[in-house]
Amino acid sequence: MNTTAKASKAEVIKDASMLKQKEMMAKHYERLANAEANGEKVVSTFVPGNLNELLMCFDLVNNLPEVNAIQSGLRRQSGAYVMEAEKSGHSEDVCTYVKSDIGMMAKGNIGPNGKKLPNPDVLMLSYTGCFTFMKWFELLREQYKCETIFLQTPYMADGRITPNMIQYMVKQFKEDVIPKLEAVSGVKFDIDRLREYLRKSAQAEEDLVYILQSSKRRPSPIDAYFGGIYYIGPIFGAFRGTDDAIDYYRFLRQEVDQRIAAGLGPVTPDGQMGEEKYRLVVEGPPNYTNFRQFWKMFYEEGAVVVASSYTKVGGTYDFGFRHDPDRPLESLAEYCLGVYTNRSLPMRIEMLVNYINEYEADGLLINSIKSCNSFSAGQLLIMREVEKRTGKPAAFIETDLVDPRYFSAANVKNRLESYFQMVEQKRGGAGKGVAA
Amino acid sequence: MSTPQTSEIVARCQALYEDLNFTAAREWKEAEPGRKVIGFMPIYIPREIIHAAGMLPLGILGGGDQLEVIHGDAYYQSYICRIPRSTIELGVSGRLDFVDGMLFPSICDVIRNLSGMWKVMFPGVYSKYFDVPQNYEDEVGGRFYVNEMAEFRRDLEEMAGRKITDDDLRRSIGLYNRNRRLIRELYALRARTPWKAPAAEVYLVVRAGLVLPVEEHSALLEQYIAAAEAEDRPIRDNCRIVLTGMFCEQPPLNLIKSLELAGCYIVDDDLLLVTRWLIDDVPLDGDPLHNLSQAFLHQSESTAAKYEPDQEEKGKFLVRAVKRTGAEGVIFAAPSFCDPALLDRPMLQNVLTRANIPFIAFKYAENSGQMQPIREQAGTFADSIKLWSAA
Repeated sequence: MNTTAKASKAEVIKDASMLKQKEMMAKHYERLANAEANGEKVVSTFVPGNLNELLMCFDLVNNLPEVNAIQSGLRRQSGAYVMEAEKSGHSEDVCTYVKSDIGMMAKGNIGPNGKKLPNPDVLMLSYTGCFTFMKWFELLREQYKCETIFLQTPYMADGRITPNMIQYMVKQFKEDVIPKLEAVSGVKFDIDRLREYLRKSAQAEEDLVYILQSSKRRPSPIDAYFGGIYYIGPIFGAFRGTDDAIDYYRFLRQEVDQRIAAGLGPVTPDGQMGEEKYRLVVEGPPNYTNFRQFWKMFYEEGAVVVASSYTKVGGTYDFGFRHDPDRPLESLAEYCLGVYTNRSLPMRIEMLVNYINEYEADGLLINSIKSCNSFSAGQLLIMREVEKRTGKPAAFIETDLVDPRYFSAANVKNRLESYFQMVEQKRGGAGKGVAA
Repeated sequence: MSTPQTSEIVARCQALYEDLNFTAAREWKEAEPGRKVIGFMPIYIPREIIHAAGMLPLGILGGGDQLEVIHGDAYYQSYICRIPRSTIELGVSGRLDFVDGMLFPSICDVIRNLSGMWKVMFPGVYSKYFDVPQNYEDEVGGRFYVNEMAEFRRDLEEMAGRKITDDDLRRSIGLYNRNRRLIRELYALRARTPWKAPAAEVYLVVRAGLVLPVEEHSALLEQYIAAAEAEDRPIRDNCRIVLTGMFCEQPPLNLIKSLELAGCYIVDDDLLLVTRWLIDDVPLDGDPLHNLSQAFLHQSESTAAKYEPDQEEKGKFLVRAVKRTGAEGVIFAAPSFCDPALLDRPMLQNVLTRANIPFIAFKYAENSGQMQPIREQAGTFADSIKLWSAA
């Protein structure tokens, strides 16, 4: 297998799996662009609480506004979109994913392939772990005037899933979500079709967990944050429950196995990573407008991320959850309930502490995102608690998802360099770790 | 005994408002052994259940503009609103050390996460995120909510060491029905004759209900309504506006005063929504939790923290409020970084534009000190309304 390839345009080194994923994404965006011509109906929905298997039962094509915003960020288009939304009355204080999406719509809704994204036939508002989702789709509904289906996922505030939560969600599926999807799509619900998709999901999920946990090794063969974002793409997006996802994760697993066998670390945009000096756990989403520059600040210093919370926003499979074809609706409910941002703050602290211990990390880095209160509110307490419980140093940086105005490269780099020095000092026993 | 003047009643309410040590609630607790106090944050919780357990529901609305936040700022980034940081300040500084439980209603991600922070920071205190349904079908969201309330009831029974009977709940519902009726009466009085019940006074009188037992507060409301109706006060040449967006972090009292001084009578608002969240009496017959659930699903206020399933209905509550109160415009006043209010605002403004209702918007924090820009903006708005009306 060809493990790496050079994309000539920006001279970015990519794994073969990344190229494979790029092809999958390109194909999906083409399908979206041609949906109307091909008589396919489109559903817009979200990553956390994504019900892809259920939506496929109705032959709906999955469009994810969050992913579109990420694509706009990576292509440096989101800044203009955000400002376009602010010009039309949206507050500078609120989520930039929302504003990027609304600004993109105002400017013609052109997708990453340069073709217009279709208007959704239905908005599947799966409200999981983020209040903003609810307002986001109310805003889109105002524009598109299409059917909007709401699925409320109760918050796992007390660290457990109760029977009342499951019953509530299953009732919503049966009495509201499924009948409305049937009406919009004209396709009758077939639970056996759902079971089959869920079976495929579980298969891909096994490989995903193997890949994400491969970073317990030294050196880690993957970067579980920057690289991890690529790895979660298919399963968090439009491919969960498909053969494509099974193929992709099997392929990726083989690629990771090859790196393990060769004793290699992750592949970065500048090629094979050098010596692994620091092993970090990262909490919070990344910045997308300066994604490569941000990543470089890590790998240039020999820092590899061995575990991250962001790669669990679309499912916490590493804790054992698998979609279960024998309990299809209950399983979808449990999936939604378990996503990272639907977990209470004490659960998040526990999870990060365990990551630091299990992945033998040097410490915790929090990338606090201005846009995302779901992640950000409480992170300073998380930092203190994780430091207290692990004795490992933590650091705090602030950026934004897709608003380039909130990425200050010099500040971030400065913070990171100080943090790595602190890790060195800690290793040398030069006093207790404190926040950078 | 003679009826007190509005000034006397308002002075008492202002003292309660300014007392960040919650002396009245402490005294209530100390008056009898075994009494418990349950704090709650905006936007809504069924206080009837707490009352039925023999406990005092205590509204915690942040620290206002008088509390110096020292510790609280260390827990939040600059882009998070102020109410959670001043609430933590209240907790860390010992001002809430008599509170036996804290409830964090489902309003936004910040308050939701604060529920978990409270568990970590104050492990000895009962702390609950109070989830409510966003699905308004009786057999779906309604059933979920009844079960959530039943769990809460069990928790309180454990704390109280006794059962909360259905009759206990019915009695409490009756008392809160009366309280809500009086507040509706007070709001109607203000909408009719806003010069007789200035918004800052109404605010203080209603807010007193968040620290006083409901029986005492209802008596106070009756006294204020009677006194306000009896007193003659000068009528100002003000326009009439509906104030919206202030359902969580509270504005400084000076901000409310400034709006009226700038020429805007506030004839409706969404301040302290817990006191009138349920817009009609909750029936006393039958299962009390079912009745509370039905009231929540079908007879409750619209606000940004709730999902509106019907696009046609989105924002209509504001148009109806304008018509009901004879208002001439709307002021959107949202706390900085308030996701629900700020995300909702463009949609509500579109509805008002279509209904030809003028509006302005600004942001504030609970400790905003500079009122001059707000006075100027509100004054200009009032002038422009009068000019349009004259034309």
